[in-house]
This record gives sequence, structure tokens and C-alpha cells, in this order.
Amino acid sequence: MAIYVLRRLGAVFATLAVMSLLVFLSTHALPSNTAALILGQYSTPETRAALEHRLGLDLPLTVQYWRWASALFQGDLGASLVMERPVAPMLWDAFGRSALLAGCTMAVVSTVGIAMGIVAAVWRGRWPDHGVSVFAYLGISVPEFYWGLVLILVFGSTFHIFPTSGAATLADGFGTMVAHLVLPVVTLTLTLLAHVSRLTRSSMVEVLDSMYVRVARARGFPERVVILRHALRNALLPAITILAQDFGFLIGGIVAVEAVFAYPGLGRLLIFSLERQDLPLMQAAILVLTAVYCLANLGADLLYGVANPRIRYGGSVE
Amino acid sequence: MSDAAIIAPAAPAPRRRRHLPWPLLVGGAIVLVLLVTAALAQAIAPYPFDQMHIRDRLTGPSLRFLAGTDEYGRDVFSRLLIGSQLSLVLGVSATLISLGIGVPLGLLAGYRRGMTDELIMRVLDVLLAFPPIMLVLLILAITPPSLMKTAIAIGVLSAPPIARVTRSVALDLMSQEFVEAARARGERLPYMLARELLPNVWPVLIVEASLRIVFAILLGAVLSFLGFGVQPPEADWGLMISNGRAFVDEAPWISLAPGLAMALTVIGISLLGDGLRDLLDPKLRGRR
Repeated sequence: MAIYVLRRLGAVFATLAVMSLLVFLSTHALPSNTAALILGQYSTPETRAALEHRLGLDLPLTVQYWRWASALFQGDLGASLVMERPVAPMLWDAFGRSALLAGCTMAVVSTVGIAMGIVAAVWRGRWPDHGVSVFAYLGISVPEFYWGLVLILVFGSTFHIFPTSGAATLADGFGTMVAHLVLPVVTLTLTLLAHVSRLTRSSMVEVLDSMYVRVARARGFPERVVILRHALRNALLPAITILAQDFGFLIGGIVAVEAVFAYPGLGRLLIFSLERQDLPLMQAAILVLTAVYCLANLGADLLYGVANPRIRYGGSVE
Repeated sequence: MSDAAIIAPAAPAPRRRRHLPWPLLVGGAIVLVLLVTAALAQAIAPYPFDQMHIRDRLTGPSLRFLAGTDEYGRDVFSRLLIGSQLSLVLGVSATLISLGIGVPLGLLAGYRRGMTDELIMRVLDVLLAFPPIMLVLLILAITPPSLMKTAIAIGVLSAPPIARVTRSVALDLMSQEFVEAARARGERLPYMLARELLPNVWPVLIVEASLRIVFAILLGAVLSFLGFGVQPPEADWGLMISNGRAFVDEAPWISLAPGLAMALTVIGISLLGDGLRDLLDPKLRGRR
């Protein structure tokens, strides 16, 4: 098991290294160059050359990559080319805000999704079940940014209940901070609910039909106790596994949702850096997002092993 | 008498009326309407998609402009119709690309097993290790974006799941007698893959393909929304939603109409896929 985890962690590092190379090479394959983008359309070849020299962009590619990579191992992420500020503080601020958004979303998705799955399973084939599946279907039928717009229209423009853009910190007051999170979290939740609720429903249905639950009923436990104590516990692990998988999916959603709500997180930083071709910023944002994605996948696989003891990692296959 | 009763052919069992699953009917109807609209879009559209009616900017839905006009006075309804072509072309071409890559690889891995299988699946695992949206964004950000490039990027990244599904079905088929018979006849590899395995993998692939089309349409919309997909002034739905953002208070129809069109498309294709699954492969019913 430990060897399996170590091997997987090694694979994560390899993925990150390849990703950083890809990003690095891709920015050098660009038709337009970074100096021209920074200086604007009225720059002369001389000023561009001077800026390239100052930023070290005129060095051979291998030297540039080596410099960047060795600085990275010393904990130095470099400075943004466009904003001429160190990347690290910007990155961690954005990371913190995105993590808050992701964390709240996962909390809401897991509680609401599992609750919806239970309701659908208990009233299987009747209107609560159909209601849940229609709701889940609608959630995944349009891209997340569209829900964002609809929510902005309803709760922001029409009723003025929640702020529709930006983020707030604790310094602005707890209420303000939460208010800024509501619409982005609801948007992300809508697109993720379907998966969790369907899976919880199907595993609950299976458990509710099992001998074990019938025995619990026969022993005279009230239905509420049977459902929540006996059935749910057994149905929960698959749901948790799927949640870990969805976390990787969430990263894509966050990029779009942060754009809709002008939420200053990692997604916005990534889009900004891609638009301006700001290599150090791009590298940092992409590497952090990729790392989170890989670790979430690893977590999902490990949880899957816990949920399903027939699968043992590290041993022989099949 | 009794002899006659034995000899006489048994009366044909009353033909069981096969219930077509309702998702198939509803989804099929929606998809059919969509295909017809997309095919005839240029003919049905009341105005050219880029014609500007400067006096009628941001007017609400009316008989003249069925879904209102946008900030340049372009008819939103006409743009919706043209946009349906872009969405369907993106969804279908991306899916064809992923089928074109994934199916042969999956068949080969399932048929050959052993080293070939191991090699193919490990390479696909490597591709799966990268967050798909990062790769697509990177590809589209560094080269001038276009619809076809978006389709290729999404198609290549959707190939691994297709290959996995194909492989698992092919592995199941390998133990079947007809496959062994064909091998005993000494059939060659291309024949085995294309004529023995492929026809039996299709039912599962059709369902998977419908999911992939939906995925491609939604991801394509996200990409054009972020500015890395289809570029203005094309009438792409994601782009229209994005453009309408600035006018969401005064003219919500600019964004709402393409979103509804997209929802209808996605629901139609998903229902059709669900229905086909029930029809083609009853074993899978109720899964997912």
C-alpha cells in the first residue's frame, strides 16, 4: 500500500514536470512574443530587445528552463512579466480564495447531493424520486457559466440579494464574505449535484433491498433509524469516492465560474496569464491546478480501495 | 387428433409489443427537430446572422425579432439557428475524432492483451493524468483559435475513456465462441477487429458517443465563453451567452435564449442516448 502511494506520488511529480515543459515550450512556439505584448503595438525592435534582455528572454531555451526550474526548487516562483511583481504572493492569495470556493462547494454538494440521493431512494419511483432526477438532469444540461448568469439575473439584478462579483475577506465582515460566496457556490453545486445524487440513490436502493436492512426493520427499529443508521452508513462510501473524483471535475468548473463572477481566484489568474502570455504566472497557476487535480485523483483511487476491499493496490492485477 | 396437434406448427406466440422507451421517443424527436433546423438554418433564418439593424438595438422579443436583438441589432433568433450548426458540428466532429482514435486502440488492446494492452493503456493513463481543461486551454491559447482546432483538442482528450470502454467490452467478447471460431479459421487481425469485435461493441459505443457529444458541446461553450474557442462575429451559442453578459439587466434574452437552446440540445441528446441504451442493451438498464 505504502509503495503504491509512493509510486503514485512519483507519477504526480512526473506529470507536473511534463506539464511545466509543455507550458514552457508552448509559450515559445507563439507567433507573438511576450515583450511585444507588454510594450504594446508602438514598441520598437530596440525596446523589445532591451526588455527581452532584462527579462532573460533572449537566453537559449534550455538555460531559461533550467533557471526557472532550479529557482522553483528553491521555492522561488519568479516574477510576473506583465505585473512585474513576485508570483508567489499573488498565487497563494488566489489559491486561498479558490480553495475556499472549492471547499464550500464540496461541503454543499456532499450534504445536498447525498440528502437528495436518500430522498430519491426512499421514495423510489414516486414524485420525490422523479423530482430529484429532473433537477439533476437540468443541472448538467447547460454549462456552469450559464447558471451563473441566470443566478446573477435573478438574485443580483432583480432582487439585489447577493453581490454578483468579486470576493470579500473576513476583514469585510463574515456576512459580506459569505454573501460573496453564495452565488458562485450555488452555480458550481448545480453542475455537480447530478453525479453524487444519482450514485447515492443507486447504492441506497441496493442497501435498502438487502437482508441486513430487512433484519433491522424486523427487529422493530423505527424507519428513520433504519435509513440513517443502518442503510446510509453502507451506502456512503461509494458516494464519498465519487465526490473525490468530482473534485477534479470541479477545477474546470472553477475556471469558468470565476470568470462569470469576477472572483479573483486561481482560475482568473490562469485566464489572465494565458491572455497576456505571462509565462511565470501561467506556469505557477497551471502547476498548482494540475497538482490539485492529480492529488484529487489519487485520493479518489485510494478511497475507492477503502470502499471496495476487493481491490488491493500494489499487488498483482486482476 | 393428438398427432395432428403435435405436427401442426405451434400457433405463433402473440407478438409482444415492444415498448419503445419514452426517453428514446422524446430525445429522438428533439434531435430530429434540431438536425432539420440546423440543416435548413440558412433558409429558415429570417435575417442573415450578421445583419445589423442599427435602429433596433437591444429590442425585446417581438413578432419581427422572435428572440429580440443584441447590442448591434442582430436578430438573436437567426443567430440561434446558425449557432445550432456550430454546436452540432463541434459535438459530432469531436466525438468522431475520439471514436477514430479510441475504438481501434481499445479493440487492439482487448484483442491482443498482454504487452500491447499494457502499453496502450499506460499511454492513455498518462493522457488522463493531465487535467483536460488545462491542455485544451493551453493548445487554444498558444495558437489562433478555430472551431476545428477546438474539436480536435476535445476529441483527442476524449479518446482515452472511449478506448477504455471499447477495451472492456472487447475483453468480454474474447471468451465468446464466435470469436474463437473466427480465430480457429485463421482470420487476420483487421478482419477480427472490424468484422468480429466491432459490430458487437457498437451498442455500448453509441451510448458512450452520445455522452461525449454532450461533453464536447458543453466544453466548447465554456471555451468560447472564456474567449479561447470560436471567435466573434460567429453565432456560437457560448459566445452569444458571453456577449450578452454585459447587457444582462437590460436585454437578458441575448444570453438566455442561446442557453435555453443549448439546454434543449443537451437534454435531447442525453435522452436519446439513455433511450438507445435501454433499447440496445437491456442489461445496462438502470445503471449510471
